[in-house]
Amino acid sequence: MLELFLTFAKIGSFTFGGGYAMISLIEDICVTKKKWITHDEMMNMTVIAESTPGPIAINCATFVGYRIKGLKGAFAATLGVILPSFLIIYIISCFLSNFMEIKIVADAFRGIKLAVGLLIFNAGIGMLSKMKKKLFPIIIFSSSMLLMLCSELLGFKVSTVVMMMTAGVIGLIYNSLQKVKEREDNL
Amino acid sequence: MIYLELLLGFLQIGMFAFGGAYGAIPLIRDVVMSYGWLSEDQLTYMIAVSESTPGPIMVNTATYIGSSQGGILGAVIATTAVALPSFIIILIVSTILKNFAENPYFQAVLRGIKPCIIGIIISTGLYMIINNCRSGEGLNHVNVLITLILLMFMLLHKRILKSKASPIHLIIFAAALGIAFG
Repeated sequence: MLELFLTFAKIGSFTFGGGYAMISLIEDICVTKKKWITHDEMMNMTVIAESTPGPIAINCATFVGYRIKGLKGAFAATLGVILPSFLIIYIISCFLSNFMEIKIVADAFRGIKLAVGLLIFNAGIGMLSKMKKKLFPIIIFSSSMLLMLCSELLGFKVSTVVMMMTAGVIGLIYNSLQKVKEREDNL
Repeated sequence: MIYLELLLGFLQIGMFAFGGAYGAIPLIRDVVMSYGWLSEDQLTYMIAVSESTPGPIMVNTATYIGSSQGGILGAVIATTAVALPSFIIILIVSTILKNFAENPYFQAVLRGIKPCIIGIIISTGLYMIINNCRSGEGLNHVNVLITLILLMFMLLHKRILKSKASPIHLIIFAAALGIAFG
């Protein structure tokens, strides 16, 4: 239990750049070094983590923790992966607004602000290049991008959650239409 | 009641954030703006801080916003709220619904959601870049220049070193440029 907590605390305090960076470290520690889970389970877990919502690191920690020690293990591992960043960010958040009054810090953040937009855009492009280039995903992708961009630039509000739910329902409808078509083709 | 708002806001983020941290940023932005917790600038700073500190980015942003809105209790509530949905979902998936990820209906829903998220992420990034480069009616020339330098840095890094520039390197470089042009 303590080992689970400490291992995930270590993973939580040494991975920069979010969940995907964490997956390789988790694999290294939990599969290769500690042999807590097998390579296949790890692959399986990555798929589950990617297709369920929430922070990927938490998905992985809960999964591994549960495998080894049940509910208590899941709790220990998840707490371990959260606690370091919680403490670090809590301390930073107490000082950041005071820091921002120093001119050099404010200047630095002016540059950083520009980098953040680029990073998000770049991450999106990376995901786009891995997307299947078929008509259905391309239509969903371009219409959600246009809708979102227009809403930002023209100032009307579209909820991202509503957009995602709509896209999910469209996915279901498209799937059943495809099945109907397949059945007709078979007749 | 700020604690209830934090709880509901971050539960929503934790429940709908597919596709890792970048998928969560547009959602976080949506929630934070509609509650009026942070300004556009403060939100960007917070994302940068979350990217440059270790740990899951969603947890970092939840802790930061929670603490800035409601002190230590706010931080605990927001962080718990963002982690809770995935904790419960993974427990369910690993106990009763072992083949849930392969369920064809679930896969069909994901097939719609994934391209939608990519569209949302790209337009969020694009909007942030556009927003930073304009000031009032005209262009903010210094910001346009810094953005172009950063873009060159990213492209050259990929071309020459054959790897993506790590977010931290980019953020440090951007900070240096901000100071140099300050």
